Amino acid sequence: MLLINCPYCDDTLPELEFAYAGEAHIARPADPSKLSDEEWRDFLFIRTNVKGVHAERWRHINGCGRFFNALRDTVSDQFVTTYKAGEPRPEPKTLEAAE
Amino acid sequence: MTQYRVTGRGRVDQGTPVKFSFDGKTITGCKGDTLASALLANGQHLMGRSFKYHRPRGVVTAGSEEPNALVGVTRGKGRFEPNTRATMQEVYPGLKVESQNKWPTLAFDLGAINDRLYMLFSAGFYYKTFMWPRSFWDSVYEPFIRKAAGLGKAPTEVDPDTYASRYLHCDVLVVGSGPSGLAAAMTAGRAGADVVIVDENSEMGGTLLSEPQAQIDGIPAWEWLAGAVSELDALPNVRRMTRTTAIGYYHQNMIGMVERITDHLATLPEDAPRERMWRVRAREVVLAQGAIERPLVFDGNDVPGVMMSGAAQTFLNRFGVLVGKTPAVLTSHDSAWHTAFDMAEAGAKVAAIVDTREIVDIGLQDRAKELGIPVKLGHTATATKGRLRIKGVRVNPVRAGSAGSGHWVFCDALLTCGGWTPTLHLFSHTKGALDWDADARVYLPGRKSEAVQIAGAGRGLWGIGAALDDGAKAGTDALKTLGKSASVPSYEVQKDRIGTGVFHKELPTDRSPGKAKAFVDFQNDVTAKDLRLAVREGMKSIEHVKRYTTNGMATDQGKLSNMNGLTIAADALGKEPPQVGLTTFRPPYTPTTFGAFCGYHKGAQFEVTRRTPIDSWAEENGAVYEPVALWRRAWYFPKAGEGMHKAVARECKSTRESLGIFDASTLGKIEVSGPDATEFMNRMYTNPWTKLGVGRARYGLLLGEDGFIRDDGVIGRMRDDLFHVTTTTGGAARVLNMMEDYLQTEWPDLKVWLTSTTEEWATIALNGPNARKLLAPFVEGCDMSNEAFPHMSVRECTVAGFPSRLFRISFTGELGFEINVPARHGRALWEKLWEAGKQYDICPYGTETMHVLRAEKGFIIVGQDTDGTVTPQDAGIGWAIGKMKPDFVGKRSLDRPDIVAPNRKQLVGLLTEDPKAVLVEGAQIVDDPNQPKPMKMIGHVTSSYWSETLGRSVAMAVIEGGHDKMDQTIFVPQADGAPIKAKIGTTMFYDPKGERLLVE
Ligand SMILES: [Zn+2]
Repeated sequence: MLLINCPYCDDTLPELEFAYAGEAHIARPADPSKLSDEEWRDFLFIRTNVKGVHAERWRHINGCGRFFNALRDTVSDQFVTTYKAGEPRPEPKTLEAAE
Repeated sequence: MTQYRVTGRGRVDQGTPVKFSFDGKTITGCKGDTLASALLANGQHLMGRSFKYHRPRGVVTAGSEEPNALVGVTRGKGRFEPNTRATMQEVYPGLKVESQNKWPTLAFDLGAINDRLYMLFSAGFYYKTFMWPRSFWDSVYEPFIRKAAGLGKAPTEVDPDTYASRYLHCDVLVVGSGPSGLAAAMTAGRAGADVVIVDENSEMGGTLLSEPQAQIDGIPAWEWLAGAVSELDALPNVRRMTRTTAIGYYHQNMIGMVERITDHLATLPEDAPRERMWRVRAREVVLAQGAIERPLVFDGNDVPGVMMSGAAQTFLNRFGVLVGKTPAVLTSHDSAWHTAFDMAEAGAKVAAIVDTREIVDIGLQDRAKELGIPVKLGHTATATKGRLRIKGVRVNPVRAGSAGSGHWVFCDALLTCGGWTPTLHLFSHTKGALDWDADARVYLPGRKSEAVQIAGAGRGLWGIGAALDDGAKAGTDALKTLGKSASVPSYEVQKDRIGTGVFHKELPTDRSPGKAKAFVDFQNDVTAKDLRLAVREGMKSIEHVKRYTTNGMATDQGKLSNMNGLTIAADALGKEPPQVGLTTFRPPYTPTTFGAFCGYHKGAQFEVTRRTPIDSWAEENGAVYEPVALWRRAWYFPKAGEGMHKAVARECKSTRESLGIFDASTLGKIEVSGPDATEFMNRMYTNPWTKLGVGRARYGLLLGEDGFIRDDGVIGRMRDDLFHVTTTTGGAARVLNMMEDYLQTEWPDLKVWLTSTTEEWATIALNGPNARKLLAPFVEGCDMSNEAFPHMSVRECTVAGFPSRLFRISFTGELGFEINVPARHGRALWEKLWEAGKQYDICPYGTETMHVLRAEKGFIIVGQDTDGTVTPQDAGIGWAIGKMKPDFVGKRSLDRPDIVAPNRKQLVGLLTEDPKAVLVEGAQIVDDPNQPKPMKMIGHVTSSYWSETLGRSVAMAVIEGGHDKMDQTIFVPQADGAPIKAKIGTTMFYDPKGERLLVE
């Protein structure tokens, strides 16, 4: 069972407290009516499905209830880092510096 | 003393006999015996029958890797367990054991006829044999497979035992308590780390239990072991656990362990769980699991009496049992020579040591000579004699890879050793890399993905001294990462059995290899020939070979067979083993009971049961319940002599004619509040909310971003900045999660609070022409007239003195009210209404009547009449869309090409031609029942009921282009009988003008 750091609680807690919520950094368009059918289709259904580091959303559903973002390696399953919703995806350099 | 017990030898208590029964026969073992050692002490090698051929099989190992000696163990009603390994079950007085996979007896089994049909059962036999003719499937193949399927009998009664579950956190978890595990635990424990050391056996020591001759720092092995154990026990920071198997190694050093608490006890202690599942989170893990001896593959290697030499050594030294009086040894590794020596010293007459190698350590050869044991080097084995017990082995000299002429060595046991495979199952669970050591020809631990150390034989080291030193080093390394330090102790070991050996594919033979039954997987009856056949038939990856032959798929999960299977498959492919691959090890390490996984989650504890504040009244009044999401809801209230049909008909009639009362407390309730509440509601729901006045209510429809219906419910505006949102019973948590998601991540600028209030309110629905008459006298603070309090309104007032949110709404089509009061007053209010309602023949109704009444009105149930592919237009509720709103969740999707495409499935009403015919929900619908099969299905029935009110059946269905097919006839084919004919129409079956809502 993975351990996940909630950036709002600032605590590392068991996976049981969290729920997965799909790929991160896919913002709902401000005015969906301006999008073509293809653009709207891509927003709805097209995801990156990476092998490696993946930016994804999690919710501390059995805790503080907040949605946050995470970088997770889809090969090892392990979390690289987590960060608050609205913050930019951390650059690899920032990650190295933090280590 | 039993025939094969050696006085003064072993760790069992020879002074304390233990009587137990095996296939109804009383057997005497000793305290400390396993079932296997006790049976062997009585000369019983035959312990089971193989799965496919029902071949007689004896025990081959002394540990948890045992593939053959699987038995059924029972201790009374509900306490039967199949496939227990005889090598792990400890004997106790009164233990009852039966052998498996035999009929009528273990020694004479009719199923062994399969053995004569060998050709029928070769590799891939499931795929080939049962292909044709087709008609044989029902009459021949399937009954045969069903009869043959499964190993052992499944228990049929409820398991009366309890299973516990615990969490544990530690600095260092040591798995395995042989020399390397003990050294690691002592090193880490002495330095003050929190240490847990576990072993699957009944006592700690591992190899030391089988090698009493060794001396560690001048102290005999068993004395040293006792000292080590008492030192660990004296350390308050060390927890020592026996009979505990580490079954799986999960992410971030979480290890699952199963502790067997009562299976070895003669009497069950009161209230003790049978097993306990431990979830351990360790900062560092030391895997000291040792190595598993590899069988040699030759014709007849599965006859009872052929066993691993290390097992024979364990049975002798740990249990004081000679597995044979005239054993022969067949080996490719030095370790088996020591077994021969130990047995000779214990009084056995060793018939021969046959070694496949030309060159063997001269010291071993000298010792054999001293003990008078004949030695044959550079030999192979080509056959065995004996059916229920080995009588002899045919051995042949090998010159340049081919076998010369053979001769028989007579023996009553054949102890084989094909080398040792490092046990890396748990390491493999972590996705740690296994590296192929081309010289040693074994896989060794490579790149690690967890904080883990592997020590001792698990990484290919051999000998007690090497294991101790390596364990101590692993302990120190673990301490280092914990920020603790310790000096590495070193150990002096005398009489250590340092050895070496080689690995083989199947041994060379002078006979037709096509006729040889040289077994690789004993339990699944997979032979070397099967593996080669699989390769010839195109299986190139070891994963394919495994599935085609079933090699390694038995309950021992390939512990004995994987490496032999890989070696032979690789040879057949002309490749090196790593090019062919290694099948993935998966948890659990050994078979684990369902009980251990379930833990406390069974019976009433299996799942939470949510009950409304009125649930107790329903129970006292004879309600029949149905589960809805996690709730239990009153389904119907039968009177004496009534079945469901009658009760529901009566409840419907009473409600429509006078008054019904219904517990609607399970409805999801969410408060949406804050200055931006209206804007939030406008964005979430399809409907417009800006102009909805305070005190008014509206049907709300929630879509996913894909435009499909997700939920619905009536929403009341309590204040400018406060909405009382209701959701479906099952959808409450999902809807709140979805609202939170949008609020937190898409529109964090909106000032809105979301609060789940489902359990804060008890909700009582009153429906029927007399609803107002009953309710009005209880109400204060609300003018109940049609004009002042119209349909689709909400008021804050008191009802029977309780503060209330009173809705005038209807899910039945009758004059209706829903009274929300604080949950603690729910039952009190219900009883007051109940008492006063008797003058109107008030009738409590359940969810079934609720469903019928709403269906008569064509109200949908999300999740029943919709299925995640239904848009508001499809469902015929396009009116609920605020067309003037610039945006809401799902709006853009309603213009997608496939959403506006013609011929989508649309919700319609169905009336059967025969009014008495009630369609089955889920039944498929066709245009023409006479078309050839497979017919084109154009939709399905979503809701269907008998309507007592209308005196006929009513149904709803989704049908392709249904809205344009009014009055057309469709058919619902039946499994038996003629198709049912029905006509498409409106879903509004009853009171289409809605006049009944307006009763004065
Ligand atoms: Zn949190």
